[in-house]
Amino acid sequence: MSARALEREATAPAFAPEVVISVRDLVVGFGDKLIMQGLDLDVYRGEVLGFVGGSGTGKSVLTRTILGLVRKRRGQIALFGADLDRISPRERSQIERRLGVMFQHGALFSGLTVKQNVQMPMREHLHLSPRLADELAMLKIELVGLKPDAADKYPDELSGGMIKRAALARALALDPELVFLDEPTSGLDPIGAAEFDELIATLQKTLGLTVFMVTHDLDSLYSICDRIAALADGKVIAAGPIATMLASEHPWLRAYFHGKRARQFARSETMDGPG
Amino acid sequence: MPEDPSFSSEQAGDAVRLSLAGHWTLEASNAIETSAARLEAAAGPAQQAIFDLGGVERLDTAGAWLIDRTRQDFLTRGVKTEFAPMRPEYDILLREAHYREFATPKRRRHSSLFNLLADIGESVVGAGHDLYNNMCFLGEVVASIGRGLVQPRRFRGISLVFHIESIALRSVPIIALINFLVGAIVAQQGIYQLQRFGAVTFSVDLLGILILRELGVLLTSIMIAGRSGSAITAELGSMKMREEIDALQVMGLRPVEVLIVPRLIALIISLPLLAFIADMAAIFGGLLVGWGYGGISPPAFLDRLQEAVSLHTFLNGLIKAPFMALVIGLIASVEGLAVEGSAESLGRQVTQSVVKSIFTVIVVDGLFAMFFAGIRF
Repeated sequence: MSARALEREATAPAFAPEVVISVRDLVVGFGDKLIMQGLDLDVYRGEVLGFVGGSGTGKSVLTRTILGLVRKRRGQIALFGADLDRISPRERSQIERRLGVMFQHGALFSGLTVKQNVQMPMREHLHLSPRLADELAMLKIELVGLKPDAADKYPDELSGGMIKRAALARALALDPELVFLDEPTSGLDPIGAAEFDELIATLQKTLGLTVFMVTHDLDSLYSICDRIAALADGKVIAAGPIATMLASEHPWLRAYFHGKRARQFARSETMDGPG
Repeated sequence: MPEDPSFSSEQAGDAVRLSLAGHWTLEASNAIETSAARLEAAAGPAQQAIFDLGGVERLDTAGAWLIDRTRQDFLTRGVKTEFAPMRPEYDILLREAHYREFATPKRRRHSSLFNLLADIGESVVGAGHDLYNNMCFLGEVVASIGRGLVQPRRFRGISLVFHIESIALRSVPIIALINFLVGAIVAQQGIYQLQRFGAVTFSVDLLGILILRELGVLLTSIMIAGRSGSAITAELGSMKMREEIDALQVMGLRPVEVLIVPRLIALIISLPLLAFIADMAAIFGGLLVGWGYGGISPPAFLDRLQEAVSLHTFLNGLIKAPFMALVIGLIASVEGLAVEGSAESLGRQVTQSVVKSIFTVIVVDGLFAMFFAGIRF
């Protein structure tokens, strides 16, 4: 109930943006290895948050912990203002309906066609007429830029880029407010990746999504992310727009944003920038 | 609970103003569909419809789609439509999710008789292909084994030992248990039926011959087809799905040599050993039942057994074991390599592997029985 009240407040223009994901003092570990050591993170409504971190620092673990796929040892996670530890399973399932998740490798159900994959969450959660379910699935498939004839294909007949798009269509099936994207552009060619970035940006604007995006792609970070959070040593070491990242003195961030691959972006940024 | 989608209509001359309110989102589930259907009825005979989304608190693609679908239905009926000014985000949504027909290619449908005949034809051709593929595969395997003999360094000893452990050693308990029970049951039935003729001791003949010639090896083969054949199919299948087999190929390694020959040889070595254990376990089961239920003392049982069975009887069973192993291994491998991309196909091929190898094992056993009868072995 409190979540909904918050949401209504947010529809009116407010100065303090609503926090959609709030993580406090999170500790997650496997065996005697701690992955998250008191991590704090806020994601605001309507923003695209890019989440970066070196390989193996636990970006995916954090996503999976927020989604409830990995158990946490300590700390508090709230989605839409509701503490996940203090809500009933029923409320939890209501919250889960407002989330869309796109897994890194798509995680499409291999025994179902693309259209059936998109319809799966609709079929489980809603009572729609077959006509509307078909139409909405096709709409989502078209929104993510797939051709209608891809709808009746099976995942193993799709290319890598098409799998990503189909996975995004399935993540959007229930018109979620919050979308988790795990490395959406990994494995795509630069043109495909740029198209995908644009797609995410367009969808984010039209559907008013909040996007939590784990990524390594500097292009995505520069082009579509409103804010970036960087993970190292089990904590968020910096969060803010790209300028904050560029100004940070943390060695890993310096290596990441001022390395050879990043220099070209930094240059164009300073040239195009307001300064 | 979310506020259900609703609307009010206002007639003004031949125009109707439809003022929508509430949440026009998927959360309302089928309520948005029924509301959209009622919109159409509410318009009545009006010549012009104005959609006012001012009161809509939330809208998503599904709501926008349904509203636009209703609008287009009006248009086809010759009713003019327009949208009252609305929030810019609704405008974008309505533009993105405007109603359109999706051209879905229709599949051609045939009569059921046609389909039946086509299915029969397909399975006959499929069976032919299966046989052909298995033969090709056998050839490839034999060639690989041949290469291994010529160049022993290419032979994968560690892999072979590993598979012997997983196929033979780990299935000893279950094979011994099942055959012990079957031996006991056969002995019990034999004693029960034969005691009416006062020929209880002949139950030892029955047990010895039946177990050593047929049941020991047959039960072992069926168990191994289910236990190891399915495992081989699943392993090869998931390797195929994850392109591991392709990876071997491009490294210049032969998947048959690396993956299949060790498993097949392990099966061929393991199955006779397991069949021997099976024979012994079954006879032991029979001996215990004969002693407890039929009153045949163990020394008498063993004496009778020695008279009843010869070395031929014993070998007759064991000779079949390597052939059974070959059949199981070949079918399991061919089915494993036939797995395609989906999880469903993996499941289907594992089932096929088990069903086909059990069927073939029984057929091969029948052929052997005829063969041995023919040569009076």
